[in-house]
Amino acid sequence: MLHLDRLLIRQDDFQLFADWTVDEGERIAVIGPSGGGKSTLLMTLAGFIAPTQGRVLWRGEDLAPLGPGRRPMSILFQDQNLFPHLTLRQNLGLGLSPRLRLARNDEAKIATALDRVGLAGLAEARPGRLSGGQQGRAALARVLLQARPILLLDEPFAALGPALKAEMLALVASIATECRATVLLVTHDPGDAKAFAARTVLVADGEALAPRPTADLFADPPAALRAYLGG
Amino acid sequence: MAGRALALTVAAALGLLTLGPLVMVLARAGGAAGLGPADWAAVRFTLLQAALSAGVSVALAIPVARALARRRFVGRGALIALLGAPFLLPVIVAVLGLLAVFGRAGLVNRGIEALGLPPVPIYGLHGVVLAHVFFNMPLAVRLILQGWFAIPAERFRLAATLGFGPSEVARHLERPMLREVVPGALAVVFVICLSSFAVALTLGGGPRATTVELAIYQALRFQFDLGRAAMLAAVQVGLCAAAVLAAGAFALPSGFGAGLDRAPVPLAPRGWRRLADGLAIAAAAAFLILPLGMVAARGLPGLFNLPAEVWPALGRSFAVALPSAVLSVGGAMTLALASPRFGLVATLPLAVSSLVLGTGLFLVAHPFVNPERLALAVTMLVNATLSLPFAYRILAPEARALQADFGRLAETLDLRGLARLRWLILPRLRRPLGFSLGVSAALAMGDLGVIALFADEGGATLPLLVQRLMGAYRMEQAAGAALVLVLASFSLFWLFDRGGRHASS
Repeated sequence: MLHLDRLLIRQDDFQLFADWTVDEGERIAVIGPSGGGKSTLLMTLAGFIAPTQGRVLWRGEDLAPLGPGRRPMSILFQDQNLFPHLTLRQNLGLGLSPRLRLARNDEAKIATALDRVGLAGLAEARPGRLSGGQQGRAALARVLLQARPILLLDEPFAALGPALKAEMLALVASIATECRATVLLVTHDPGDAKAFAARTVLVADGEALAPRPTADLFADPPAALRAYLGG
Repeated sequence: MAGRALALTVAAALGLLTLGPLVMVLARAGGAAGLGPADWAAVRFTLLQAALSAGVSVALAIPVARALARRRFVGRGALIALLGAPFLLPVIVAVLGLLAVFGRAGLVNRGIEALGLPPVPIYGLHGVVLAHVFFNMPLAVRLILQGWFAIPAERFRLAATLGFGPSEVARHLERPMLREVVPGALAVVFVICLSSFAVALTLGGGPRATTVELAIYQALRFQFDLGRAAMLAAVQVGLCAAAVLAAGAFALPSGFGAGLDRAPVPLAPRGWRRLADGLAIAAAAAFLILPLGMVAARGLPGLFNLPAEVWPALGRSFAVALPSAVLSVGGAMTLALASPRFGLVATLPLAVSSLVLGTGLFLVAHPFVNPERLALAVTMLVNATLSLPFAYRILAPEARALQADFGRLAETLDLRGLARLRWLILPRLRRPLGFSLGVSAALAMGDLGVIALFADEGGATLPLLVQRLMGAYRMEQAAGAALVLVLASFSLFWLFDRGGRHASS
């Protein structure tokens, strides 16, 4: 269980409060107006921002002492998820060993992961040669190798077209199921939330509200969500 | 974080290396008598030559920059690249070249004598200013050229649609830009010339043409008057610090910026202005190329008659240049990667000069060891310190971009320490690292400053040997050794820079 225990993040005149839990293996969407703090919430969970008050607990353990690289999480950002000067094999290898000391069966794992996301045979390519969709797949392949119990996604496919984005979300869903990973997906697109997540967190007016079933939330949106959706 | 601890260590070492000698100098100067008339003359001369050098360099640079900005011709790119060369050129080599052109037996005076007129001597104030203009006019051109290219092309398009002639363009576009850029360029050249040593040593001298920096050297080397040297060093620090603070309001040198070629050709007036632009470009090119050509022409025969000391001196120069470059760039990279807050520490060395640091380190060392035994180590350390601000300025923007683009990804992958250095930093910063290593190595290779203070007869680096050969009027050997020096300096720069550009794929 991921527990946000009376979490308060304060930066200058911005603040965000969250106090709720997510079950293991759940898929959660995080939605709300831009500037509301969706990314800030994710960066706090990932360990890039220290909360002003409160704790983030995973399976009952406080994550505060752990740096971003030591938390049980893998993260995909909006962009720059791959190092452009390294090959896909090296980029994926970093998910297995930060020092890039790869054993023979690591190489096999990398090949399998690339195959799984439809990039077989591209191990020696650099990201610059790939399309935007292929780069997203390569980053997901690394997530697969990292096999960490929580996956945080900060609008990683926002730059892709609708069809491609839907395809990538489907891939995320199947990989998450495979790894039994708990997923938090930040998005500004209600369609993503409906397609991907059983429950959705609304971030607005200084608070990340406890997750509600996505269908209910959109059927009877609170005022802040109505304002965001328009109409 | 390990990177942060390392950066704090570098910052502390840098602070110790710059402020430590300062404290020594100030403590020692406190007990000394006040400035004598000769010292005041040195202060006045230092300010006068720096002001003249700045004024003349920038005044000449403006027409050259304008011509380069609005004309396109074969060799333009090469000429702009050549403008970067004097920065890396060993001072002593340039002085030899200038002597060959403007000296008593030089090209210019032979022409004047052929007309039956008396020769114009090069030694003294005008020789010092001439050499400073040789070094800094190209720098000023590059700084001002950046200003020209910073005028958006749309402005020139608008000017064209409004039917502006050259004088309207000058009034509405060029002069406002110059008002912003010129004070910065003046300040930069003034600061650089304040701590002139090698030029004053070779072309100045005597009671009427001695800079403070040269006076420090004479006080230590010839009079062994530590109190007076310390006093003068304190004065020099005051001058430099005041000038750097005053110049802080403007741009400091980034004169080797790339990307000077993107903007489209702005309005290029025809008629006499075209001729004037051509003359400005030709004169600037000749002013830069002739002295260098003369070094080559005079040095080639000297190459077959090199004194035996050249090779050990060259070895000592490499022994200074390579560790100095590695220390300087390593320190600059550590600071640049850690936080922009270290920027202030990284510019600290700009306020001290080679001879000031040398005097301070001399004061530290001489009670315990013979300073001559430390000559190379001190020269290496002083050069590493003094070139760190330049290396920092090259690396900082790229390091910041690296952290912004990939810092978080590296964190989430737990990529740290040596693994981060190997898999992220070295590959991504390869180009600026190669370039800054090249710049630092070439600067240290050609340095003629603190080494003159410490070295004994047998321990000279190559620039000092060239200066000694000149002093002994062995001009052909001096020219030959100078050619070796310039080839070694530029090869070092070229090798490092090329190593950075050609990433292994």
